[in-house]
Amino acid sequence: MKAHKPLFSQIPKSPTIDKVGVEERVSRFQTRSIKGTAKMQGLSMVLSMIDLTTLEGKDTPNKVRQMCYKAQHLHDFQDGLPTVAAVCVYPTMVSIAKDALKDSSIKIASVSTAFPSGQSTFDVKKSDTQFALDAGADEIDMVISRGKFLSGEYNFVFDEIAAIKEICGQKRLKVILETGELANLDQVRRASDIAIHAGADFIKTSTGKIQPAATMQVTYTMLMAIKDHYDRTGIMVGMKPAGGISTSKLALHNLVMVKEILGEAWLTNEWFRFGASSLANDVLMQYMKQVTGKYQSADYFTID
Amino acid sequence: MNILKTYKIYIAGQFPRTESGRTYVVNDAAGNPIANVCQSSKKDIRNAVQAARKAFGPWSERSAFNRGQILYRIAEMLGGRKAQFIEELIQQGQTIERAQIEIETSIDRIVYYAGWCDKFQQILSSVNPVNSSHFNFSVAEATGVVGVLADEQTGLLGLVSQLMPVIAGGNTVVFIAAEKSPLCAITFAEVLATSDLPAGVVNIVTGFANEMLPTLAEHMDVNALYLSNASNEIVKSTQLSAVDNLKRVVVVNEDWNQEKAQGIAFISSFQEIKTTWHPIEQIGGATSSY
Repeated sequence: MKAHKPLFSQIPKSPTIDKVGVEERVSRFQTRSIKGTAKMQGLSMVLSMIDLTTLEGKDTPNKVRQMCYKAQHLHDFQDGLPTVAAVCVYPTMVSIAKDALKDSSIKIASVSTAFPSGQSTFDVKKSDTQFALDAGADEIDMVISRGKFLSGEYNFVFDEIAAIKEICGQKRLKVILETGELANLDQVRRASDIAIHAGADFIKTSTGKIQPAATMQVTYTMLMAIKDHYDRTGIMVGMKPAGGISTSKLALHNLVMVKEILGEAWLTNEWFRFGASSLANDVLMQYMKQVTGKYQSADYFTID
Repeated sequence: MNILKTYKIYIAGQFPRTESGRTYVVNDAAGNPIANVCQSSKKDIRNAVQAARKAFGPWSERSAFNRGQILYRIAEMLGGRKAQFIEELIQQGQTIERAQIEIETSIDRIVYYAGWCDKFQQILSSVNPVNSSHFNFSVAEATGVVGVLADEQTGLLGLVSQLMPVIAGGNTVVFIAAEKSPLCAITFAEVLATSDLPAGVVNIVTGFANEMLPTLAEHMDVNALYLSNASNEIVKSTQLSAVDNLKRVVVVNEDWNQEKAQGIAFISSFQEIKTTWHPIEQIGGATSSY
């Protein structure tokens, strides 16, 4: 796509964000009623966009294997369901996931750069990333150095992202801004612009460890950064809200927002993902409600 | 000025209006309008079941003694609002004498089931003789979320008689109030809301049973259904709808005014018996080695 090395000086000045305006606009996305076949298609699309995630200190190889099985068999009682887009794990679990998913097209995303805090040395972050790639990760989810960002050292943040992207090469890089630590929407926009210009293939809201995570307001602000970049350069960047999206309704509202801001081109799992651990079951239950006409029970869906 | 009260429904400890925004008018025995009542929808049932499911774990795990205290508190709070219930019962066509008896009997019945809370387990549980090296015992566990369709024939007493044994046993409830006489049900919700009963343990919706009952009966997250003095037609259609997740459908035909219309049987209808085989060293007789 681009051969030249990105330069910090090329980042345009980020616009200030009108918080009241954002809330107004976002509230309108939430009033849409999506029913019938449109709902079925939407739910199916949500499933296909999920990065099924386990990022806990207590993760074990078997927990990861179990999740990989679920990624391929969301609900075998129903024909025609998609698989999720990817699984998202810690670097040490990548080889386990790789083995468990060897017969499928599901991608393996690995968090890196001393996830979730990012408080480590540059060398450690680089070798963390390299380790995940060597183990077979298809995608890297890195965190930015929020402390540096908040101290105004944008250059440092930019260089770090650019360096990790260089290690990733053709593998896609998602840059986690951890918006819950960025204090306001102006900073979210600034961080988005920095990440996009430093070579992010995706920008991602959160680690899932900090609340609030992927609020509609934050996702909206990031989508606008992607849109402005696309309008200026013609280069597409993906979006991944993560953390806090646990209901189908909220997921569908996110899709409505993506369609209206970025257009249909982004409505595929190549350009839009949900980072979630418990969203899949809620979507499946809603889907089966549409199929059977009966409200469902978590008792009849696999544990996630 | 006499204001026609709009009665709201009771879900998750709150008093929302129905999601559908609809109401219907309830008349007194003479045909004069006495109140506006929510005509709840399928989505209200969904919300109520969700609330009941959320409340089930903590409620069933509460100590039996504490559940008894809370039921007793309900009786106390009901006692404080006798006058209001008597007025509503009269509005719905009762004589003053009957209304007084009904409220007194209702309070007695709640106290009765409050007493059972920490006693039924001992009676329903057992140590079982088995012909192997096991200590074998059975205990009662709450069934889960129970959908209750109100008895159309009584205002308060039927409601209390159906509800109390179900929650005494640790279940949570979605209650569809009587279509023509729902006032007591909602006023009773106001009693529940002020008596330490955790949010979501009892959820009460008003409206048309033929609209809501099928949704409740088919709902996969409801574990049992409880009908009282219902028509054969309703019983049959409910049983058919309940098949998919093998709900327990309990049907009774009781005159709730009778002394015998109470007892441990009403509690055990909504209990599951769990039997445990615990390996021990020697093949023993009836006594355990513990």
